[in-house]
Amino acid sequence: MLKDEIRNILSASKKWGWVMEPDAKHVFSIAGLYVPRFAVVNNPNEAAVFADDIGYPVVAKVVSPEVIHKSEVKGVVVGIETRDQLEQAFAGLQQIKGFSGMLVEEMLVGGIELIIGGTMDYQFGPMVLLGIGGVGVEIYRDTSLRMAPIDMNDALAMINGLKAHRLLEGYRGTSPIAMDELCKTLMIFSELLTDLDGLIETIDLNPVICTSHRCIIADARIILAKKG
Amino acid sequence: MDLDPLFAPGNMAVIGVSSGNDRHPANVIFFKNHLRYPLDVYAVNPKGGMLHGEKIYKQVSEIPEKVDLAVIAVRAEMAPDVISDCIRSGVRSGVVISGGFAEVGNIDLQDRIAALAQEASFPFIGPNCLGIYVPRRVDSFFLPIERMVKPEPGNVALVSQSGGILVDLMIKFAEERIGLSRAVSIGNKAVLNELDLLDYFAQDPMTQVLAFYIEGFGKDEGRRFVLDARKCPKPVIVLKSGKSPAGKKAVSSHTASLAGDYQSFSAALAQHGVVEAENELELVSFCESLGAYQRFIDGRIGIITGSGGHGAIAVDACSKRGLTVPAVSISDQDQIREILSENIQHIASINNPVDLTGSGVDEDFVATAQKLFALNEIDCVIVLLLPYLPGITSDIGSKLSSVSRQSGKPLVAYVPHVDKYDMLIEGFELNGVPVSPSIEGAVLMATALRRNKPC
Repeated sequence: MLKDEIRNILSASKKWGWVMEPDAKHVFSIAGLYVPRFAVVNNPNEAAVFADDIGYPVVAKVVSPEVIHKSEVKGVVVGIETRDQLEQAFAGLQQIKGFSGMLVEEMLVGGIELIIGGTMDYQFGPMVLLGIGGVGVEIYRDTSLRMAPIDMNDALAMINGLKAHRLLEGYRGTSPIAMDELCKTLMIFSELLTDLDGLIETIDLNPVICTSHRCIIADARIILAKKG
Repeated sequence: MDLDPLFAPGNMAVIGVSSGNDRHPANVIFFKNHLRYPLDVYAVNPKGGMLHGEKIYKQVSEIPEKVDLAVIAVRAEMAPDVISDCIRSGVRSGVVISGGFAEVGNIDLQDRIAALAQEASFPFIGPNCLGIYVPRRVDSFFLPIERMVKPEPGNVALVSQSGGILVDLMIKFAEERIGLSRAVSIGNKAVLNELDLLDYFAQDPMTQVLAFYIEGFGKDEGRRFVLDARKCPKPVIVLKSGKSPAGKKAVSSHTASLAGDYQSFSAALAQHGVVEAENELELVSFCESLGAYQRFIDGRIGIITGSGGHGAIAVDACSKRGLTVPAVSISDQDQIREILSENIQHIASINNPVDLTGSGVDEDFVATAQKLFALNEIDCVIVLLLPYLPGITSDIGSKLSSVSRQSGKPLVAYVPHVDKYDMLIEGFELNGVPVSPSIEGAVLMATALRRNKPC
């Protein structure tokens, strides 16, 4: 059963046809998945207060209903170390069309970038996708797909189905990622996806950053269904 | 809906026969069933009259007995009246051959006949299809019987959205001597679709393997199909066409671009243990081997060959398809060598593949097969047979088949298919061992046994 809080967020985003990152992260956080600590700020001062609170380095991103792909409009600034840099970032992002705030969040270091996605297939209904993530996701096209919802065995099979699965198991001195956390993330996501049948068109969680401790959703986008 | 009358009708009405045109599809269907199949056939046309000495009934309701199957070959716009008449007269099932419905945009007309049938629980196949073929039982295909290539009765059911593909597959089945239980061309599937036939054939005692040629499912029907297929205790094989996207849609989502229609189709099938065939060759090979063996294997293959090259090609094909060809231990190798005939003991290459060379005789193949089947590390044997070798006799097929049967493990054979070698091939096939005309095909047959497994 879909929680009312989630349903309300989706309804509020209907006018744009998609759910912006801060709201999308709320949705997944409510569902029980990890997201970085973040805040949406409207001036450099608020930004600085929040950054002091969580500690540098931080990431700043544009929040705009007109910008679906943030990196294509230089809407993401990473590795911000000082208050000065943060103010500069704000000044830059403010220029982007439709600017309605700046998202400030902790910067995640290390780990492996994955994509977890969902679509509503006409013939097969909700489908969950796992792949090697990041900006090169459509170049590598290294993905596993399953009908949602999935169980533990499906989740493990999805991971093993990736050509690059050895990267996740610790390769040349890197530590293996937390497989149980990744499985749990996939299962919770697939259940949420099943509940969202009819409401959404696709979901991209890209990247999901997996370390040896946890999997955390660094960026999220929900495209809503055209009608309904 | 009860589908028994469709597949085992005691009688048939052919509606729409022409008294002036014997090439009319209805006439072809009437005469082939009347003359060649064990059922009573009635001709129907509102004008009445006679058809080469047979009475033409003006209406289904005039037929003196209850009709099991009505084959309807009238103009599309007459179909609603004809179907209503069938329902009123208690006809138990139908095949609507006629075209002119959804495939040319007449969706309303198709919806009308579907609604009539649904309301009355009147099962019908079509419209716009060839309908049903059951070997030696019933045949609603409007193809002259002398032009058709008819597979023998067997345990594979074929369901196809395309009539043409179905007829071609039947030719291939006959060529490879794969037995057919039922063939169904479902056309526009207004009432009965893949799902209904999956559920029916899952219970059908004549059918052990279900094979589908699918162009596309309706909304959410794919999901129901794979979930039902997972519950079906028999192997389900699917060949899908239309895999390449029709056009590049601008997508704002990575997932939408990575999880296209076909990717989702293929993934959902694999997730639920449905065996996807990539092309017709695979479909035919899978049907043949799963028709013979329905038990899963892990895919640890022992290969016996009379030529090193054949063995090497088979190993490559196995590794490409995820089958393993385990090494045979030195002590097992020694044991095999000891049982070979003296003149090949020192020239045979004994590992896996076991190459018995051009000088091997029947007994060498039999002894090697016994030994390989007995090894725990091997769960299936592929034998690559060259019938032109002097030491091979036409009895080898039945001899090797009996070794496989005793071991309880599957055997697959490659034998070049020319008339000259028929007796040898039959030695395998009459004993239930599938034979492929290519090495690749033999490996595909073993692949099917491994893939037929819930994941």
